[in-house]
Amino acid sequence: MNYSDSFRDKELVQGLARRIAELTKGLSKPLVFMEVCGTHTMAIYQFGLRSLLPPEVKLISGPGCPVCVTPNSYLDRAIALCRLPDVIITSFGDMLRVPGSSSSLMEERAKGADIRVVYSPLDAVQLAAKNPAKRVVFLGVGFETTAPTIAGSIMAAKAQGLTNYFVLASHKTMPQPMAILSADPELQVDGYICPAHVSAIIGADAYRFLCEEYKVPCVVTGFEPTDVLQGVEMLVRQALAGESKVEIQYSRVVRWEGNAKAQAMLADVFTPFDAPWRGIGVLPGSGLRIADKYAHFDAEVAIPVQVEELKEHKGCLCGEILKGKVSPFDCPLFGGKCTPESPVGACMVSSEGTCAAAFKYGR
Amino acid sequence: MNNDLILLGHGSGGRLSHQLLDELIIPQLSSVPVSGQNDAALLNIGGIKLAFSTDSYVVDPVFFPGGNIGDLAVNGTVNDLAMMGARPLCLSVGLILEEGFSKAELAKILASMREAADAAGVAIVTGDTKVVPKGKGDRIFINTSGIGAVEHNLHIDGASAQVGDKVIVNGCIGDHGIAVLSAREGLEIDSGIQSDSAPLNGLVADLLPLGPALHVLRDPTRGGVATTLKEIALQSGVTIMLDEKSLPVNPGVKGVCSILGLDPLYVANEGKLLAFVAPDQAEVALARMRRHPLGKDAAIIGEVTETSAGKVQMETLVGGVRGVEMLAGEQLPRIC
Repeated sequence: MNYSDSFRDKELVQGLARRIAELTKGLSKPLVFMEVCGTHTMAIYQFGLRSLLPPEVKLISGPGCPVCVTPNSYLDRAIALCRLPDVIITSFGDMLRVPGSSSSLMEERAKGADIRVVYSPLDAVQLAAKNPAKRVVFLGVGFETTAPTIAGSIMAAKAQGLTNYFVLASHKTMPQPMAILSADPELQVDGYICPAHVSAIIGADAYRFLCEEYKVPCVVTGFEPTDVLQGVEMLVRQALAGESKVEIQYSRVVRWEGNAKAQAMLADVFTPFDAPWRGIGVLPGSGLRIADKYAHFDAEVAIPVQVEELKEHKGCLCGEILKGKVSPFDCPLFGGKCTPESPVGACMVSSEGTCAAAFKYGR
Repeated sequence: MNNDLILLGHGSGGRLSHQLLDELIIPQLSSVPVSGQNDAALLNIGGIKLAFSTDSYVVDPVFFPGGNIGDLAVNGTVNDLAMMGARPLCLSVGLILEEGFSKAELAKILASMREAADAAGVAIVTGDTKVVPKGKGDRIFINTSGIGAVEHNLHIDGASAQVGDKVIVNGCIGDHGIAVLSAREGLEIDSGIQSDSAPLNGLVADLLPLGPALHVLRDPTRGGVATTLKEIALQSGVTIMLDEKSLPVNPGVKGVCSILGLDPLYVANEGKLLAFVAPDQAEVALARMRRHPLGKDAAIIGEVTETSAGKVQMETLVGGVRGVEMLAGEQLPRIC
């Protein structure tokens, strides 16, 4: 048995599930726990973990998929950029299918735009070095896990003296939307399964204010099945005891203070700003834009372009789904008008989106 | 959205490909819906039963660990014929070359075609060559068509799966897709994974003596095992339950998949087949496969549990149950 298999041990997982069932047996109202990381959403579906939990424990998905919370306006700008003749757009693959107001990057690529999928922003920097006559724009989307690598790419481009590498930044940061969700009276969350790798960067201390202000238990949890169920058990124990504190289940990776080096890179390259979240709205201080001293790497500043007028898609419940208020199966478009190959909302696009996961694994 | 455009996903072998076939290609050219289609057409010409199939190859890169576009083009069509239980007889080869392509590389590709044809026992009997201007093609595309003799009276068909059938695969899944991906520019992972590209007609010949217990044969190429099983479930109107822990997956494939956020169930194979066999003959089929060099890692990976509208489910490693759907769009890397 190798290292990762030991976290997928059937006996251990079933033992944890049994213990959760015993702890919660006979509760009159189910305990509702929300995960706010797309990788958790996927892991829960992929391993069929809901089918192992008792009816007294309900897991819901929050705004944890970076592609899904990226607003139409961002896509529209990326699409406008890709139509410039000397621009090469580089991106992680998931962004290509996200619909903007009237097109998508995949559609633009089929029409001839130069759009390339890369696995690392450093590949985009290399592409810029190899193509001095082109402007290479990387679509910087993601939470604190991805943002440091993009900060690193800007630092690398600067070190190489490149003037044709740009980032269209739409980074989001994590604790803020959890506070908004906690304050929402329509939403009853009994505890958060806090993100694993985001927390490795920001540190588990970042969640303390949630426990103090909103009295909601928080457990930083890993991605393997035994991690998730142990995290759920810790949340159950806190909820039953009426406690609300931050605990680290994923202690093999996450520290209270986080990763100081990555935090320093973020602080150097980016500045917090009031970011728009798809379906949720503008949240104060919830995003990262490129700092003024790096403005010449900021595609939004350095490459002026006419962006089409914003159109939202009617009937799409992505916003409510991202807040965990409704499940994908409640959306009238799910599986009919909105499918992974012709997505209406972003939750259906990204492999980590709640709707895509529900479509692929949940039926 | 503009629905007029052909997208790369239309060639993925998954749901978009099915849509394109069902909505545009089949209605224009044939009367049989794609859900009723198999890997090859069965023809009866004056009492002689033949299987006929065609396939085009556009793999990028042209050379990859464990093979190249040449042997792939031969094995792919040989396998499509073999999945009907046919004995492949002969192939045609159409070459579309881009101006500027290297003759030395072409020679290498042709040598592997010849080698693969010899290994499969088929003759290459006719062909065609075209050259397109630089930039109008990508190095080399190959089409092969093949004819095979059907010398049995079995109903080996995607619609023949029956409740109780065991699902058997002849070895580790996902090798081809990962070998090609690892060799792709910008990725270049030294995974050590070789393509499984191989002719399966010998293995099929060893399975035919099972007779009427052999219900379905299908090679899970583009779209992977998941997509192929979903197709069979739909064609046969059954539910297939997979057992994740018995899926044979090379540790290297597992590793690359977990780095890139891929699921081996959706990764392409070029030397694998899925056989649906009646339960009382399943162990015999497994033993026959394991005796063949291309089946030494064969495993029973699931069974047909009930009649339904066409569902695939999987008992996960940890004992949970989840649905398995067709590949949607292209297989894309993860974002975080």
